[in-house]
Amino acid sequence: MGRSAGILYLLLALAALCLPWLGIYPVFLMKLLCFAMFACAYNLLLGYGRMLSFGHAAFFGFAAYVTSWLVTAHGAGPAAAILSGAAVAALLGAVFGGLAIRRHGIYFAMITLALGQLVYFVCLEAPFTGGENGLQGVPRGTLLGLLPLRSDLVMYYLVLAVFVAVFLFIRRVVHSPFGHVLRAIRENETRAISLGYDINRYKLLAFVLSAALSGLAGSLNALVLGFATLSDVQQSASGEVILMTLLGGTGTFFGPVVGAAIVITLQEYLSDLVGGWVTAIIGVIFVACVLSFRRGIVGELEALRVRRAVSRAAGARAAGTDRLTTR
Amino acid sequence: MSTILGMPVPVLLGQLTLGLVNGSFYALLSLGLAVIFGLMGVVNFAHGAFYTLGAFAALLGLQYLGINYWFALLFAPLAVGLIGVIVERLLLRHLYGLDPLYGLLLTFGLALIVQGALHQVFGASGQSYPVPPSLAGALNLHFMFLPLYRAWVILASVVVCFSTWFVIERTRLGATLRAATENAPLLQAFGVNVPLLVAATYGGGVALAALAGVLASPVVLVNSHMGTELVIVVFAVVVIGGMGSILGAIVSGLLLGLVEGFTKVIYPEASNIVVFVIMALVLILRPAGLFGRE
Repeated sequence: MGRSAGILYLLLALAALCLPWLGIYPVFLMKLLCFAMFACAYNLLLGYGRMLSFGHAAFFGFAAYVTSWLVTAHGAGPAAAILSGAAVAALLGAVFGGLAIRRHGIYFAMITLALGQLVYFVCLEAPFTGGENGLQGVPRGTLLGLLPLRSDLVMYYLVLAVFVAVFLFIRRVVHSPFGHVLRAIRENETRAISLGYDINRYKLLAFVLSAALSGLAGSLNALVLGFATLSDVQQSASGEVILMTLLGGTGTFFGPVVGAAIVITLQEYLSDLVGGWVTAIIGVIFVACVLSFRRGIVGELEALRVRRAVSRAAGARAAGTDRLTTR
Repeated sequence: MSTILGMPVPVLLGQLTLGLVNGSFYALLSLGLAVIFGLMGVVNFAHGAFYTLGAFAALLGLQYLGINYWFALLFAPLAVGLIGVIVERLLLRHLYGLDPLYGLLLTFGLALIVQGALHQVFGASGQSYPVPPSLAGALNLHFMFLPLYRAWVILASVVVCFSTWFVIERTRLGATLRAATENAPLLQAFGVNVPLLVAATYGGGVALAALAGVLASPVVLVNSHMGTELVIVVFAVVVIGGMGSILGAIVSGLLLGLVEGFTKVIYPEASNIVVFVIMALVLILRPAGLFGRE
């Protein structure tokens, strides 16, 4: 971690600690953090593995159902319910990932889309999901018998802690030998194979990790809002997480967080202004993003910084050679 | 009355023809997807949106311009195809040479725009399009009643599909198109206007989707999200059939429609997911798809 980046993250963490005291609605902040977590998990797959999944809502939404069902029907505690949600998402990810990595690129996208739709129909028709209504009135409970999560503030700090842990974990994964191999596969699959890597194992592990963390985000989100509904497993939710990642910057650490913040804020406040046009506006952002800033906001900023540094270095070098030649 | 699987034969056959009707739409849509992908390397996520636009063009043409069904069959694909050409020239063109995933993402955005705008303007509830009088009623085949309109949809799409196949595989225009798929710069060096060809192909593929939309409008409710779920099934059909082959797209479209209809009879709860389950099985047994080469 660079020194300036470290300071920036520290400031951001401080700001996140203070935000609920500044009069910002904590539930909104928690929802934002959950989706930021979801986008970061998604980015692990798209940004570092270049696998475009169109079915990630399945992990987010199904985990939300599992958590809500365990809490409402079996009286499970929040910790157990959240972890079970993430575990089921990981399992689902192992199955879907195992199928999807048999094909590449666009086929991968279409397969994940179809499998995601499968989960949607299962959630629509399975006996434990409450059909069109979803599962409502999920109590937050008391974390490990100590922390009463009913208080928005306590819940907020829990979500923030989990988010920071997930964020740092993803950083760690990307910088680990595993992350390096994953990026090598992204850049040149054939070469990675010829270097002796079992690329399918790496891709599958990345998929499972991403699914598990998406599930964690979904489970937390269900506890925050107190319900799990079909809109979390819908294809449009998969589209939203792609947009968040793309808009913020795929393959950057902080990009997905920025993207999630923008999309969630837009949805929350834009819908008052423009009503039902939100879907169309999101579509326009998608198109604009693909056409004009494919690196995303954070990615473009980083590219700008690199360009500046390079030109400054080149300028310094040019000045140096000037002095040499005039002497 | 004879029964199969505890189901009276006419009911079973009725479901199967309904399945074939759906299969006709799958075939028309996956055919267009295959043609577009073959030439442009773009997976057209907006295909469902163009299908919806075709249905709306027919509906609005009838309500405001008095265009009847038969003219709509011509007018809607032309209008939507023109929109397709504009989309290709304005937007998609900028993505050639990039990762094909960007084409998928761009057309996904387009689909959201179309769907969101239609939803906002025309509301969530569907409107019905009347069956044209000449196709109302049913044929008495003695073992079942075959609604005339369903027979027409199946017939029309099979004819259109195989004509398209014929044009691509057996005519000079098709040969040029296939040449562009193999090596576009070389073809351009021979003096063929490749950008025009690409725009026309996208327009043509999209027009097929719009045609499917017009054909569908009397059997489904015309609404803003009619294409959203359909396109996902069609993608699964494409994965099953393999996108390399045009004939494969047609055959697997019809076949899967039939399978879906059959599932509706024996296990209705699974009819929504049977195509996806088959897709998973095909991926395990034959990852390149039934007709695909990899």
